[in-house]
Amino acid sequence: MKSRQIYLDHAAATPLDPRAKKAMEPFLDDQYGNPSSFHRTGKIVKDALEVARDKAALVVGAIGDEIIFTSGGTESDNLAILGFARANKEHGRHIITVKTEHPAVLQAAKHLEVKEGFEVTYLDVDEDGLVGVEDVLAALRPETILVSVMLANNEIGTIAPVAEIGTAIKKHRSKTSSNFPVLHTDACQAVGSLEVNVQKLGVDLMTVNSSKIYGPKGVGALYVKRGIKLEPLQFGGHQERGWRPGTENVAGIIGFVKALEIAEAERLGYAEKLISLRDYFIGSILTSIPKTRLNGHKDLRLPNNVNISFLDIEGEALLLYLDAAGIEASSGSACTSASLDPSHVILALGLPFEVAHGSIRFSLGRSTTKKDIDFVLAKLPEVVTKLRQLSPVNVDQKYF
Amino acid sequence: MGIEAKKIKGSGGDVESHDRTQSWFYSDVVKEHFFKPQNFLDHDPLPKEFNAMGKVGSPACGDELRVWLYINPKTERIESFKWKTFGCGSAIAATSITSVMVTENGGMTLEDARNLKPQAIMERLGGLPTRKFHCSVLSDKALRAAINDYFRQSAQFDKIEAEASRLIDPVARVTDKDIEEAVLEGAVTLEAVQEKTKVGVANPSILPGVEELIRFYKEKYFG
Repeated sequence: MKSRQIYLDHAAATPLDPRAKKAMEPFLDDQYGNPSSFHRTGKIVKDALEVARDKAALVVGAIGDEIIFTSGGTESDNLAILGFARANKEHGRHIITVKTEHPAVLQAAKHLEVKEGFEVTYLDVDEDGLVGVEDVLAALRPETILVSVMLANNEIGTIAPVAEIGTAIKKHRSKTSSNFPVLHTDACQAVGSLEVNVQKLGVDLMTVNSSKIYGPKGVGALYVKRGIKLEPLQFGGHQERGWRPGTENVAGIIGFVKALEIAEAERLGYAEKLISLRDYFIGSILTSIPKTRLNGHKDLRLPNNVNISFLDIEGEALLLYLDAAGIEASSGSACTSASLDPSHVILALGLPFEVAHGSIRFSLGRSTTKKDIDFVLAKLPEVVTKLRQLSPVNVDQKYF
Repeated sequence: MGIEAKKIKGSGGDVESHDRTQSWFYSDVVKEHFFKPQNFLDHDPLPKEFNAMGKVGSPACGDELRVWLYINPKTERIESFKWKTFGCGSAIAATSITSVMVTENGGMTLEDARNLKPQAIMERLGGLPTRKFHCSVLSDKALRAAINDYFRQSAQFDKIEAEASRLIDPVARVTDKDIEEAVLEGAVTLEAVQEKTKVGVANPSILPGVEELIRFYKEKYFG
């Protein structure tokens, strides 16, 4: 008999929705044409691609040609930051972002800072991971061309006040009679959980990803508001308005857009179910296991995100013990990162390294049941007790 | 030498592997010692149970290790090696196997124990991922610190050995002697030593080692 395995790492990857898979199948089979070709085989595929573009636009409140398909969230973030900054640098060389952003945004911004003469302000967050609208406004300068604030954090699930920031930036632009700064948001983790309407959010650029929303890997999109100019990151074709040249990943795009439509259609039911599971899970851990703390905001939080620091324990060791018990999660520990640095997000909350080292993210998904959570709750205390027995560390109680 | 990295299949870690055929993140020996750690201290040390203690690392760097030894004063062999480790899978396994290596066959002599190389520990583990090596294998350092403690406690001060003199930070050109002087001048925290020497400011990966040195000199000069 196969031993029980509970997957709680949906913020890393989700299984492919069978409906998305089915939508993709013709394009892995007889619909193989190149959308750029001038014959029927190509035209059929081109039509499917453009229908998909319109559908994706509809979900996010955009118009078709504002959607650029990419290879995923990382590329969309890079195209937004690098592509926008390079194309608009004559208007200013200052960018504002937040310390808890995804590395795709932070490292792109860092690259501009170190190699291309830009100045970047990395805003602090509060102890729950929230960035303040007033902090964004206070950091604005005449030469600020871009503000990038992620909609929901991938590690701690905290939801940023992007709509308020959008409103404030619009007001600032009209006051200064300027088209700058523009606002980018990374919405990779938010799609399917929150409304991601670009009009309501007031964003000019938005990153969306397929593999977090039960679509295939290796595909995503960048919403680019009409009138905004980008510089492509690669060259060699006219596809995606020349901003993302290369033959389109048609099957991937079709699957992604189907997954996007499903995620939006099922959003309210999904969020309602997971919020109650999430709060049950968080409450049970905090009351049943001593020296634990919730990372991220209690309420302004993604429905599927549970991020807990188990103090006095190192996260990788805990992950491996959990894996052996049939529970799959992820950690902000240095030992699981290639850099050997602990989570920049947990550190940005003002917590010391040892708290970051012991952080574990459980991310729930569509298939997660209360039974799964109860299984984890039954296993966790023994695993934590065992590792604490080995540990010489006793973290100060002010952190839990 | 069998010290190639051995790992990795599946998701989770992103440790680079040269061997993609194993079913787990680490070698079988690491797995054995990680899930069934040997000789860890499961109680508060009793009076006279040990006559030496050594500590390296800090939880801030991701690994902290403490060892307690009982060294037979007549034979000066290590009869007991108990430990506690805050760290990842490979750190726990490395400490566990060190406890076995040091106490098997009647216990190591202090000279052999001082010469125990991290490479030998890694080899006995069946290899570790390359990038895990430096941070995970701290047990040899804790062992040397404990042996110094034994000599200190038994008033054999001439036998206390500092780690060999070496360049600690190639960026800031700081040697262990610089750190020793900084400690002697009263800088006993990492921040204070950094203020004096700039050690690790541009090179944070070396900070765990710097913290060890500060602790060593602090204990040497200030007890």
